[in-house]
Amino acid sequence: MSKDFHRSVSPDQSGLRKQRSLWSYTHLDLPLLLLLLALCVAGLVILYSASGQDWAYVERQAVRMAVGFAALVVLAQVPPRVIMRVGPWLYLLGVALLVGVILFGVGAKGAQRWLALPGFRFQPSELMKLVLPIVVAGYIARYTLPPNFKAIIISLVLIAIPFALIMKQPDLGTSLLIGASGVFILVFSGIYWRWIFLSAGVLAASLPGLWMIMKDYQKQRVLTFLDPESDPLGSGWNIIQSKTAIGSGGLSGKGFLSGTQSQLDFLPESHTDFIIAVIGEELGIKGVLVLLALYLLIVGRGLMIAVKAPDSFSRMLAASITLTFFVYVFVNIGMVSGILPVVGVPLPMVSYGGTSIVTLMIGFGILMSIHTHKSMLRR
Amino acid sequence: MSDMDQRRFNDYQKENRFFLNRAVVAFLFVLLLMAILVSRIYFLQVVEHERFSLLSENNRIKLQPVAPRRGLIYDRNGELLAENRPSFSLTLLKEEVDDVDSLLADVASLVELSATEVESFKKRLKHRRRPHSTVPLKSRLTGEEIAKLSVNFYRLPGLQIEADLVRYYPHPDSLVHAIGYVGRVNERELKTLDPNNYAATHYIGKLGVEKYYEPLLHGQVGLQRVETNVRGRVMRVLEQEDPTPGLDIQLSLDLKLQQFTSKLLEGKRAAVVAIEPKTGEILSLVSNPSYDPNEFVTGISFDNYNALRDDKNQPLYNRAIRGAYPPGSTLKPFTALASIDSKSVPIDHKVWDPGFYQLSENGRKWRDWKKTGHGRVDLNHALAESCDVWFYDTASKTPIDVYSDYLGRFGFGQVTSLDLPEAGRAILPSNEWKKRREKQPWYPGDSLNLSIGQGYMIATPLQLATATAVLANRGKWVRPQMIKSIIAENELTAEQTEIIQRLQQKPTLPDVELNHPEYFENVIEGMVNVVNAPYGTARKSGAGAEYTMAGKTGTAQVVGIAQDAEYDSEALLERQRDHALFVAFAPAEDPKIAVAVVVENGEGGSKAAAPVAREVIDAWLLGDYTSELGDD
Repeated sequence: MSKDFHRSVSPDQSGLRKQRSLWSYTHLDLPLLLLLLALCVAGLVILYSASGQDWAYVERQAVRMAVGFAALVVLAQVPPRVIMRVGPWLYLLGVALLVGVILFGVGAKGAQRWLALPGFRFQPSELMKLVLPIVVAGYIARYTLPPNFKAIIISLVLIAIPFALIMKQPDLGTSLLIGASGVFILVFSGIYWRWIFLSAGVLAASLPGLWMIMKDYQKQRVLTFLDPESDPLGSGWNIIQSKTAIGSGGLSGKGFLSGTQSQLDFLPESHTDFIIAVIGEELGIKGVLVLLALYLLIVGRGLMIAVKAPDSFSRMLAASITLTFFVYVFVNIGMVSGILPVVGVPLPMVSYGGTSIVTLMIGFGILMSIHTHKSMLRR
Repeated sequence: MSDMDQRRFNDYQKENRFFLNRAVVAFLFVLLLMAILVSRIYFLQVVEHERFSLLSENNRIKLQPVAPRRGLIYDRNGELLAENRPSFSLTLLKEEVDDVDSLLADVASLVELSATEVESFKKRLKHRRRPHSTVPLKSRLTGEEIAKLSVNFYRLPGLQIEADLVRYYPHPDSLVHAIGYVGRVNERELKTLDPNNYAATHYIGKLGVEKYYEPLLHGQVGLQRVETNVRGRVMRVLEQEDPTPGLDIQLSLDLKLQQFTSKLLEGKRAAVVAIEPKTGEILSLVSNPSYDPNEFVTGISFDNYNALRDDKNQPLYNRAIRGAYPPGSTLKPFTALASIDSKSVPIDHKVWDPGFYQLSENGRKWRDWKKTGHGRVDLNHALAESCDVWFYDTASKTPIDVYSDYLGRFGFGQVTSLDLPEAGRAILPSNEWKKRREKQPWYPGDSLNLSIGQGYMIATPLQLATATAVLANRGKWVRPQMIKSIIAENELTAEQTEIIQRLQQKPTLPDVELNHPEYFENVIEGMVNVVNAPYGTARKSGAGAEYTMAGKTGTAQVVGIAQDAEYDSEALLERQRDHALFVAFAPAEDPKIAVAVVVENGEGGSKAAAPVAREVIDAWLLGDYTSELGDD
């Protein structure tokens, strides 16, 4: 077969193929891929320490990363216009699943976030993380930019529905992240800064209202954030211990596998949400800076892809995916270091946990698809 | 059409422009947030590094007390009487357990957990001394139990097996009444103990020598700096300041004699105390029946304890030092001494004994044990034949204060022993005592009873042995004591010296100085004749002895006998039969051992008690550890 194919190719075409690199052929972006690989390797190494040197954790995480990379490669092959078209359908499915979670979901720690399907458990909010920016971007891209008032309102409704459903689970962290991913689309759609500032002001004014509808444990987290010492053995414990871990690491850290806070279990959730504290304790500020540099490079590459993207949908989507990724990083490190309340956001690619990695990889797959496919609109 | 395209194109240009603009703003925003994170991390890791380092060190490092090894107890020949054996116990660290009850249920499915173990565990758990300290659940695990538990530890967080040194008594039954035992520290004791020194100690002397010498045997707590995890589980020891082990002590007991004595008493409710008169050292102290103290060390079960407590023969009762017996005729050497030395009667006082005595004509008849009477009786015969009437007569002439004085000087009615904390005082009656207790004056009849060791007079076997030893010493007072020496490998610390001084500091009695010291010999001659003269009450027990033994039989009434009734042992229930007593020392001229024997409901002192004393003395003086006691 392939022999036949080669034979049928004209010299002209084969010249063209030579010009196209392996990477555009496979629709992958080498810099981004390398950065992600580096991040994953760093994540596995630190997970080995954070899990109490348990290879089982590392193996499971590596399998998830492999699945994530596979998903990335697959998504990179899907042209952005296809993604845009299936968006609304996936959105409807996602909303249905979120309603399903509220009706039939299985819970953990008082919150219902999972849908138990035969064989595996599935968190529909993860699907929504990907689908919401696609739908909002797809919707706004149908009109001239910047969007008019009606389009903005409809976009906000599209954002509000999953936001409210996930908030109800309740999962404040995820709902805020998803809301943010939708809002980023609006910001990049070119709506006026004054509108953005106005809404930010309205949002700030409505914070007391948010307080009213928050669950007790969420209120507690905020109170703990404001004054962790008020309950040092209870809700303040996590944040005190994580700050102690990071702070005691100093410049070069206590050495890999030698962090007393993490190895002796003083640091809770050390292999999941609080894993950055393990890096801080064992590798010191040097380790943290290396990690932050990796994240910054990834975000920079993502924004570059967005700027270079050939059409409105793609660039809005690429920018939103990139910034949402950064919000994960900022919120996670912010909460572990004690400048944000504890909201349960993992550190991308490093925290132990399945769905988050696959979701993020799919997002980067979409970025690569955007970068390597031709314009979906005729110019 | 082209208009539309044109607009789209313009829009596209415009769109490109503002998108780039927004992207740049976004990237700057990202940089700003990154800068916030970096400055926060810098603040934590550089600016506040010292403070957090300290916090982190305080988290992981804890000071833990280390229990000292308890001193060993040896007998006078260096035989081990109390040792420490490694024992494995199952303990629980509460911080690692969510649901204690379900964990207990899981444990119970693996190893047997008695109701007592569960109950005392819960008590200990409730009154845990420090957080992050383990609480014992089951002691003395067998190898099989350790194996069963170990393979299940992965699913039973909070459990561990701890090795501990636990007191072990290799000769349990024969020794418990002599040396006591240790048990788990209880709440009440905790309040009186030095909390630092006992911070790691689980066991404390509860009775006897173990209790009295607790300050010496315990030692000084050590300290270790350990690294613990968040639940307090020790990960490794960083530094250790070794505890100072408790001092070993050597008792005056002779294990062989002790075991031999307890064998002699087998099947009897009886007590024997043997003292070396020259030193007051207790050679043998046996109370029978007895029990196994090892059960008490780690906690006896309710059932076993109740069985011991409710046993009709009262094995828990230390008859040797707490048994309150009327001394009967064994008191006669002392009352005789009181009467003659005080000149209440002359040394050659003689009495005609028709078998009874009357204080006044037609008054109450005070019976002699021998219905037909002893005829004409002097001091020697009064003692050797245990003639009651001679004593009744001298009692009528001896003021009660004289009796109380002389008997008190021999240690009756007081605790004179050094290191037997449970020793009883018993009762030395006196005029004043009777007024206080009975609100009645002392009647002449009371003196008659006292002179033959009946009535109000109560003594313990230890007191009888002590008084006998002092008598054997011709008045030189010796304090009965269990300790022979303190074994210290290193030089004693100032603290230890102070403790030893405190433990030795107990008022002791002066020597018994008679107005006529030669009267000791008169009384002792009577006692020698008890065992050796053809008319002596215990002549059978003295027969064939290679040494001169002095003794005195005693038979103490348990129930009063009406004026005209006869004592008929057949008709009396076993428990109402007379107690048999015997005191003795030998050799009479150079005493090496003084013995007191009490056999409850043994009837005749000469029949049931004297042979025991003879065996003990034979064993001690001649090394003859073969018993010739019959079964009857």
